Amino acid sequence: MKEIIWHGRGGQGAFTAARLLGEAYSLRENTFVLAFPSFGPERRGAPIRAFTKLDTKPIGNRSEIAKADYSIFLDDTLFSEQALDELKPDGKILLNTKAKIDNERVITIDGDSIAEKYLGLPITNTILLGALAAVSRIITLDDLTEAVKQSMPPRLHEKNLAAVRAAYEEAGK
Amino acid sequence: MAREFLSGNEAFAYGVRLARPHVISAYPITPQTIVVEKLSEFVEDGSLKSEFIHVESEHSALSCAMGASSVGARAFTATSSQGLLYMAECLPYAAGGRFPIVMMNANRSTALPWNIYGDQRDSLSQLDSGWIQAYAENAQEALDLALMSFYIAEHQKVSTPFMANLDGFVLTHTYEVVDVPTQEQADEFLPPFKTENKMSLSNPKNLGFSAGPDTNTFFKYKEHTGLLHVREVVAEAESKFESIFGRHYTGLTESYKTEDADDILITLGSISGLVRETVDKLREQGEKVGLFRIRYMRPFPNAEIAKAVKNAKAVGVLEKDISFGNEGTVYTNVNSALQKAGISIATSNYIGGLGGKNISPQEIETIFEELKEKRSVVRFLGVEVR
Repeated sequence: MKEIIWHGRGGQGAFTAARLLGEAYSLRENTFVLAFPSFGPERRGAPIRAFTKLDTKPIGNRSEIAKADYSIFLDDTLFSEQALDELKPDGKILLNTKAKIDNERVITIDGDSIAEKYLGLPITNTILLGALAAVSRIITLDDLTEAVKQSMPPRLHEKNLAAVRAAYEEAGK
Repeated sequence: MAREFLSGNEAFAYGVRLARPHVISAYPITPQTIVVEKLSEFVEDGSLKSEFIHVESEHSALSCAMGASSVGARAFTATSSQGLLYMAECLPYAAGGRFPIVMMNANRSTALPWNIYGDQRDSLSQLDSGWIQAYAENAQEALDLALMSFYIAEHQKVSTPFMANLDGFVLTHTYEVVDVPTQEQADEFLPPFKTENKMSLSNPKNLGFSAGPDTNTFFKYKEHTGLLHVREVVAEAESKFESIFGRHYTGLTESYKTEDADDILITLGSISGLVRETVDKLREQGEKVGLFRIRYMRPFPNAEIAKAVKNAKAVGVLEKDISFGNEGTVYTNVNSALQKAGISIATSNYIGGLGGKNISPQEIETIFEELKEKRSVVRFLGVEVR
């Protein structure tokens, strides 16, 4: 099973990302997914977590993910070294930041600049999904493209798909 | 059949649409809101031909559904927590009137302290209201239960309202892959609602009447036997369901690796998946453990429980409920089933997940570890008072 934890602040779209990832994975046959937010106060700016579990057999465990394959931060003010504790031995952190982090388990991407350029908004959830597709074998860019088309309103397709592709190329460098 | 990525609430709404209710009357409340929103969207876009009535309260929601049912309409409502309690006066009314209304309840904590998250204290507090009570484990079962609930409730031998429970958030708000049947398949499974128990100009009769001391017991006895018929009607419904949709269900309960188990954990609702995975893990380590999932709390599966645990050495009951001053209500019911069957083994009660508290895999393993001690205890998960 692949387990992904999403960290964001209310309004940044962490749960939407968790759900989109699940939807992208579910496009393949014989796949099973659970995607859910942390169940706590939901308000703009408050830290929230969301979870995606992906497997090729039914998933019974609905509890929150304790150790992740990827822990993804949409907002670097939520990140600290303690985040490494919630990773599996081979797990990695994918962090949206302009800073350079000297740790081989932390992959950084300047998602805010991509968001600024393609969306004109500081919303990086689809951008981090594009980055995830580049650095992992969890989903492909094609699956992601299809999931964005299926689940986002048509007016958001063009911008988001351009942002996803830009992030995919940036993270794949 | 179409593969869709849906939340538990959405899956249930899809199931209700397939059942083609004539009337939907509901008042929104977290975490049930999405069901009501989704159904109103279906009515709006024309994919569901149903009268959607926006009522001003849950009390009115069920009153309205009773009115609809009393003229022979298929009626649906949905609620949760405080809404269910506000509706409580109408619950035995609908059951005593034998109106086969279907209601989804999103299991949520009850105030105070205020809390919108999941536990099962709302529905379990209403066990004596005369309603059928079922609990889904996942979104697929939620959709399937939506469709089957009408079949069972409306069956001539039953004619009793049906409360389908989904754990708030953990099930209602979690997205999963769900097979959505076609309308043709659903129509083949679920016949149109027909009843003699209705107001009709061509066949006028008295409904919703008084019954004094001389006849009251008789009506209550009939209400009780109607509920007892649910067992055979569930079997009939699930057999027909499997022949059309290919999915197999196991009646009032589900046994998982209980045959040779020394220690069995009894569960209700969505926590069962985690317990099943824990059973698999412990079995690999040579532990003889099993899971017994209660799918229906009313009628209560006395016989099924006795059969499943008769060779076990200890039984635990894990529930998101506490009857203050006593113990969890599921535990009380389970102990009664064992006592009636002459089974005398250690039984323990684990109260967990109150107000939406996460139950971890480690906690389930600890429960199985404690069951080995063959003691009878009532314990709150996360509260260390020993």
